[in-house]
Amino acid sequence: MSFWRFLQLNWSELLTLVSQHVQLVLIAIVVAVAIGVPTGILLTRHRALRGPVLGVANVMQTIPSLALFGFLIPLPFIGGIGARTALVALVLYSLLPIIRNTITGIMSVEPSVREAAVAMGMTDGQILRQVELPLAMGVIVTGIRVATVIAVGVTTIAAAVGAGGLGVYIFRGLRQYDNNLLLAGAVSAALLALAADALLGLLERRFKQSTRPKSVRAFRGKLAFSAVAVLVIAGVVFLWGRNGDRATKVVIGSKDFTESALLAEMVAQMLEARGVAVERRFELGGNLPHDALVSGTLDLYPEYTGTAYTAILHHDPITDPRAVYDQVKREYADKFHVEVSPPLGFENTFAILIRGAEARKLNLKTISDAAPHTNTWRAGFGQDFISRKDGYPGFSQAYGLKFAELREMDLSLTYIALSSGQVDLIAANSTDGRIATLDLFQLADDRHYFPPYEAVYLVRQDTLARVPALREILNKLANSINTEEMRRLNYEIDGNRRDPKEVIREWIGGKR
Amino acid sequence: MNDAAANHQLVQFHNVSFTLPTAIAPIISDLNFSVARGETLVLLGESGCGKTTTLKLVNRLLVPTSGEVVVEGKSTTAWDPIALRRRIGYVIQEGGLFPHFTIGRNVGLVPALLQWERARVDARVAELLELVGLEAGIYTDRYPRELSGGQRQRVGVARALAADPPLLLLDEPFGALDPLTRASLQREFAELAQRLGKTAILVTHDVREALLLGTRIGLMHRGQLLLLETPDSFLASDNPQARAYLDTLTVTAEAGEHG
Repeated sequence: MSFWRFLQLNWSELLTLVSQHVQLVLIAIVVAVAIGVPTGILLTRHRALRGPVLGVANVMQTIPSLALFGFLIPLPFIGGIGARTALVALVLYSLLPIIRNTITGIMSVEPSVREAAVAMGMTDGQILRQVELPLAMGVIVTGIRVATVIAVGVTTIAAAVGAGGLGVYIFRGLRQYDNNLLLAGAVSAALLALAADALLGLLERRFKQSTRPKSVRAFRGKLAFSAVAVLVIAGVVFLWGRNGDRATKVVIGSKDFTESALLAEMVAQMLEARGVAVERRFELGGNLPHDALVSGTLDLYPEYTGTAYTAILHHDPITDPRAVYDQVKREYADKFHVEVSPPLGFENTFAILIRGAEARKLNLKTISDAAPHTNTWRAGFGQDFISRKDGYPGFSQAYGLKFAELREMDLSLTYIALSSGQVDLIAANSTDGRIATLDLFQLADDRHYFPPYEAVYLVRQDTLARVPALREILNKLANSINTEEMRRLNYEIDGNRRDPKEVIREWIGGKR
Repeated sequence: MNDAAANHQLVQFHNVSFTLPTAIAPIISDLNFSVARGETLVLLGESGCGKTTTLKLVNRLLVPTSGEVVVEGKSTTAWDPIALRRRIGYVIQEGGLFPHFTIGRNVGLVPALLQWERARVDARVAELLELVGLEAGIYTDRYPRELSGGQRQRVGVARALAADPPLLLLDEPFGALDPLTRASLQREFAELAQRLGKTAILVTHDVREALLLGTRIGLMHRGQLLLLETPDSFLASDNPQARAYLDTLTVTAEAGEHG
């Protein structure tokens, strides 16, 4: 599909994402200015506080944005998933340039001018409002400009916590290896950043230039009007976004890969068919869905028993599927008041993949076959696989593997990295549609190292009590999808680039 | 000292010393002098002798480390600093004008702070600009950077006079000007000060200016007042520092004759 055609088909969704993006940035900057400028002013008055406060703001900015979002998820009030968390992170990122430029702007007012102001008998407040702030305004606006451009960039990460914005296209594009999505997300974000930069640049020039009294007054009027308008819009958007009634709505989450989103979409559509309102919070990164489920911001998300067993409950991997399922079901009920649904009928285990051509050339069938070659191979693993107990550390030990090089990269990028020859072995998902399309070969786990990863839904117990239709749906979905079927569904999205909602609608229709 | 005498003296320094919080050596030490109503006291001295510090002690931009400065019969530390400063006009080199204010707003600043009515402020601004030789119709709406150095200095004086304060402090007000402009402004100021009957303390390193403008001249050196004389007595003084200053006059005059 050409990029142009893509835009024609998706322009309305793209516009929605752009407007979400702009709203997030605007609200964050307004809040950051409201906090940052007074803080900056305070720091020009209390020199001793300057070091510590700037230090904290500095550290804030060095935290990688994804990590910051991660820290925020479990926190009450400011945490959770969605726009609020994203806003908190964005505000924290925007504070430093605004505070620093407020200080710089005020401190760079000529000493003779300040001295004259004091000697005229102006009070501290009068000096601030009539002399220091007007003269510092150009520098302060520069700070706001820098903060805004940074915020436009950081907001793309906000998609990982379900806040929407252009990051949705970027993450989805990476996952589906779809350049149109990537381009649409990244180019729009870049254009937004440029537009914000140019606009605030104009504003900055107005302040730094010589100003005539009348135009200044008229301009201030306009500025005040715009500020009020922005606040009103932000307020409306904010309230509008929260109008959903939590009591009758089910919030469904998913992890940040196609299969998880598809499984979540199944439940969502089946609930909607029964007249239950649903809020979709799909494509959440890392352990965010678990944290959100436990804290109550999510009601349900699809999970795999092996992941729950090792990554969440921190047990050593075992190979008996029944034992894993029972243990997970018991511990989730006790620890989190979360119920585990019956298994869906397929496993999504780690698939150790190499290029098909290489498998045929070297006649490799199992991981044990491949072990002698690994000392000349480069491995590409997702962050998840590298860090978890049943992932790389145990795996390499079990088979005695030593790689020439180990690359940690985004899971969705490993497929293309393997097929294009940049790495020689990856750990992927066994149900991924790309295994067939990219001619990749799955090495058999001949020592049965990987624990069972049966797909299940995790549901809060209070939600089950609140929405009786949910239990009925989960029972209906038990044992309803096998591995081939799941691979086919994944391929509809990742390979054929079809709309997930449509694919699931067809699937539900076919099951009836 | 009795009350009548105290009232006659607008500013009094009693054993005043000032040391910076971060320094050991005092900037000025044990300063004693008075300024009577209506007189222009010129503090003369080289850079770093403490003359600007002395000025800042009067309007409480600085507070004495020991001793006290009395203004209108009340120690500066007993004054509300804002009220004190609004009764004292302050002129610094280059005027210290606010670059983002028009000339009119700069001049009308203190009246506006005192919440005069708008019309009264405007009238006062026009009156003062004419007084310092600037046409109000032309200059009121201009910005400081559109004026020459001499014009800015005139605006600085107008601003200091705006609320009709009993006392003026001037810190090398004509220092940054070219010699011709300086000479004409000095003459105009002398005339103006006499006409308005203002009390003034003026700081300079220019002995000509001191002789031209001062009703008394205080010679400062290393934070101390070496002598305090009328211009005539100053000319006749045999203090070596004073002579050194007066010698520069002779040299310049001779150079002028030969040149």
